[in-house]
Amino acid sequence: MIPEIGHAALWLAAGLALAQALAGFRADGGRIAVPAALLQGGLCAVAFAALTWAFVKSDFSVALVAGNSHTAKPELYKWTGVWANHEGSMLLWVSVLAVFGALAAIRAKGLGERFRTVMLSAQGFIALGFYAYLLIASNPFARIVPAPIEGSGLNPLLQDPGLAFHPPLLYIGYVGLSVTFSFAVAALVLNRVTPEWARAVKPWVLGAWSFLTAGITLGSFWAYYELGWGGWWFWDPVENASLMPWLAATALFHSVGVLAARGALKNWTLLLAVVAFSLSMVGTFIVRSGLLTSVHAFAVDPERGVFLLILLAIYVGGALTLYALRAGTVTAGAPFRPVSREGSLVVNNLILSAVLGVVFLGTLYPLLLEAATGEQVSVGPPYFQTALLPLLLPLVALMAAGPLMRWRAMDWAGLGRRLVPALVLGVAAIGVALALGMRSPLALAGVALSAWLAAASVMIFRGRKLKRIRRIPASVWGTALAHLGIAVTTLGIAVSGAGTIETLANLAPGGRLSAGPYTAQVDDITPAAGPNYTAIRAMLSVTGPDATMVLAPERRTFVSPGNETTETDIWPRLTGNLYAVLGPGDGSGRWQVRLVWQPMIALIWIGGMMAAFGGLIAMMQGRRRREDTE
Amino acid sequence: MTARRIALIVPLLMFLGFVALAVYRMGEPQQRVIASKMVGKPVPAMDLVGMDELHPGLNDGDLRQGTVTLVNLFASWCAPCRVEAPQLKALADKGVVIHGIAVRDTPQNITAFLKDHGDPFRRIGMDPNSKAVLNLGASGLPETFLIDGKGIIRKQYIGQIRPEQVAEILKDIEEAKGS
Repeated sequence: MIPEIGHAALWLAAGLALAQALAGFRADGGRIAVPAALLQGGLCAVAFAALTWAFVKSDFSVALVAGNSHTAKPELYKWTGVWANHEGSMLLWVSVLAVFGALAAIRAKGLGERFRTVMLSAQGFIALGFYAYLLIASNPFARIVPAPIEGSGLNPLLQDPGLAFHPPLLYIGYVGLSVTFSFAVAALVLNRVTPEWARAVKPWVLGAWSFLTAGITLGSFWAYYELGWGGWWFWDPVENASLMPWLAATALFHSVGVLAARGALKNWTLLLAVVAFSLSMVGTFIVRSGLLTSVHAFAVDPERGVFLLILLAIYVGGALTLYALRAGTVTAGAPFRPVSREGSLVVNNLILSAVLGVVFLGTLYPLLLEAATGEQVSVGPPYFQTALLPLLLPLVALMAAGPLMRWRAMDWAGLGRRLVPALVLGVAAIGVALALGMRSPLALAGVALSAWLAAASVMIFRGRKLKRIRRIPASVWGTALAHLGIAVTTLGIAVSGAGTIETLANLAPGGRLSAGPYTAQVDDITPAAGPNYTAIRAMLSVTGPDATMVLAPERRTFVSPGNETTETDIWPRLTGNLYAVLGPGDGSGRWQVRLVWQPMIALIWIGGMMAAFGGLIAMMQGRRRREDTE
Repeated sequence: MTARRIALIVPLLMFLGFVALAVYRMGEPQQRVIASKMVGKPVPAMDLVGMDELHPGLNDGDLRQGTVTLVNLFASWCAPCRVEAPQLKALADKGVVIHGIAVRDTPQNITAFLKDHGDPFRRIGMDPNSKAVLNLGASGLPETFLIDGKGIIRKQYIGQIRPEQVAEILKDIEEAKGS
């Protein structure tokens, strides 16, 4: 019964989305669009709760639950199992979309009734397509007759607390950008590309960007400790699919800032607003259609791919056509000098767009080549690293200067004076790194840039009185924290990249191996058991200069579905992570043990989370300012 | 048309290019066959006890008898295994030799499962602790391996066999016979 309620709620929500979409064509459509948006939020919550109920209660008469759950699965993964599959994750996608639609209906009043109605109409169109996709091609509530007594279980790789946070955060980010998209469509339709528009859209961009940043950071961390490869970014197509909207959104909120303050970069900002959400949809399409193969592959179904492609063609094609037709009528904004805050943000946008282009090309190149010549290639880290480094190093260098510049025009001498402390710290950092034994030029450059950016991020507060700390706008705090976060991430990448030491040995109990300053001895290798798996666990006692500890990496064999995972054991510290992996045994009592010392690698994720919080803080500013103008 | 006008159309053209590429790609058959590292290698050593008198056990020697065989990993508790049962039956009716490996299962449950969903299997080896699953490099259940007459793994079909795959598998079997 409860699954049917969820199913019915989705159909009702689809009907309301249709009404909401059509309301935009009526002068008094707001009376329909606003309640329709609010009700959809509620109905989707009901549908989502219904599916959650089916998973938690292990209702195997629901095909999705039977195919992806198991009674022996730990309680937490019955909850998170809801979105650990194609249909459930699409329901999460649609639910987040509906909640954002409801929020937009409540919050976006500042630009007038007509604007809100058209914006909600665009939002309704998007929702309608995805309801159709869910109900026709991916129904999460389909029943199975007869109901099996037991489910087939969840992929063990997905049985991890990381799954509780990574997909929802990522989806809030992806789908949050839909509001930006609808804002851009409404602005094009009504020809309302004004600084007020930019101020109204900015909190939405920042909010979505913050969640996307947090989601990507957690995903990177999850891959690091669960997959047992010891890396933090693999240039996997699905990772790239989340990176592309992030890059577009990053460029977008910087250019929205220019539009809000100076009325310039109108067409460009509109284009980015359309492109950011379009790339979210392209990413969803790439992952679900099987167009590219990846470790993230969902159940591949050609029919679903075609459906998503049609939706994509309608929404993205429609919005870009509207852009081509209408953007020409947008008047140009105020002029500015190349060396100015605006100028630096234009350079930021150009570099970010180039980075986006490189990632896009690298992700799709295997497809293009195969279509043209039939040859199969895979584009991996060497391409991305070679192509991106010359872009990312100047980007980080310029990030320091941007917030220290004045709007309109800035003289070189004044900028130079403001950057002196950053320069001093950057040079000092090279000295410290050399003294600590770092020799790689690239890593030294990374350390220097990190110190330079960190110092400049603190310099954002120059000239502000400590007594009046409460008067400092949230956007300044947010910028400083986010830029500092990028500096921290840069340091983590540079130091861990240059300083990682990895050793591998076949060891019997009593054997030893060392990585960096640490030496591990295998004390014992014993069987162990969990709720739905059995395991072989190695006990390694590790001694180092500052501590002794025990690491216990495992190899787990899951019962249903039958599968084996490696559970790394990590000793995390700010100075570095010691990472132990238990490999397969050779049958004669020796086991492969891998020990990796990765200095400062945790900074990569700490910096990412700092940037995400910085975005959230800056978002508060946008809201406060908008309330002032209302 | 001014240069400015043209510039505004560029994003749309780029997107249309992407759609064209995607349409072109999706017109091709989907790659359901994933080349695992076991493809091209001989079946690993195994010796599984049989389920009952009708279904003797399975060892790697049975897979080197000169006939092309399918080895299907299944279990009575696995929901997608029910979905693929009619396809396995269709293949068996065409004369394809199919052996089963029952993962973490009991003879009673399997007998009931085969009664409800049809029995395409010549041999059924019991794999009570998933050892054969791991040795074969399978990623989960169900999974099906195509093994040629010399005991070399030719193809690995991940997930349940769908109706439209039956013809493709028959073609793969013909190819494996030829080699």
